[in-house]
Amino acid sequence: MIIQALAFYLFAGIMVASGVMVIAARNPVHSVLFLIVAFFNAAALFVLLGAEFLAMILVVVYVGAVAVLFLFVVMMLDIDFVQLREGFAKYLPVGAVIGLILLGELALVGGSWVFAPQAAQTVKDPIPLFSQVPNTEALGLVLYTKYVYLFQAAGLVLLVAMIGAIVLTLRRREGVKRQRVAQQIARNPKRSVEVKKVPVGGGIHS
Amino acid sequence: MTIGLGHYLTVAAILFTLGVFGIFLNRKNVIVILMSIELMLLAVNINLVAFSAFLNDLVGQVFALFVLSVAAAEAAIGLAILVTYFRNRGSIEVEDMSVMKG
Repeated sequence: MIIQALAFYLFAGIMVASGVMVIAARNPVHSVLFLIVAFFNAAALFVLLGAEFLAMILVVVYVGAVAVLFLFVVMMLDIDFVQLREGFAKYLPVGAVIGLILLGELALVGGSWVFAPQAAQTVKDPIPLFSQVPNTEALGLVLYTKYVYLFQAAGLVLLVAMIGAIVLTLRRREGVKRQRVAQQIARNPKRSVEVKKVPVGGGIHS
Repeated sequence: MTIGLGHYLTVAAILFTLGVFGIFLNRKNVIVILMSIELMLLAVNINLVAFSAFLNDLVGQVFALFVLSVAAAEAAIGLAILVTYFRNRGSIEVEDMSVMKG
């Protein structure tokens, strides 16, 4: 139990600290790297909660895809980041006030909140014992049966996002020399080679 | 010293507040704003998974999975819009984004 508590405090502390660094780092590349650290620690917290599948998905999807996408965009765009940080000190008090208000509200909610007495009876899909059904299998058992339409809808959202991203970023540049394979294959000697009769001493006029 | 639901909710609340704070702090830099949104979504996911674990209900984890996929789609679309915008304007300042035309 004590090891679990220590692990929780370690992961939670590192996650919050790296969250601070994400919004406070001077260099956006450092921000992305701290975001990756935060995701890793969140995955560790998920493992502590017994949600192994989500932890691994978090590492694969977020660290492997989203964070790398962010890193790619930050490095690809040629942006003057020093200029973008102007007004950092100006917005600090407003942001701090709104953040503290929000935190106070959340603390009020957390302080006065209790479970409904019938909450334990309204459980839809109870988590089976881990020794009998592992987390991934248990998730699959409900995801592909009870929530199959939602699952398909999530797939559709990803498909639309993929098509949208491609449509948005695809562009045809003017003045770029490209290989046109069809034209190359369609060439024949009749059209490519021209035989000219050269008069003696006359030269060639094109 | 057992870790209860309240501990996880506190961490998630702090992380969510950090995300909101980051949006206000980096008002010019869209990339950091997008990262702040990712932080907030992560905090929500932690809440969902914590409730799922402590109420012994699997629906929370299923919902967290959907939140995760929508967040991935959102990041991809947002960054694509950002790249297109940078191509047209040569900057990613939020204040320049008040017009819809390219």
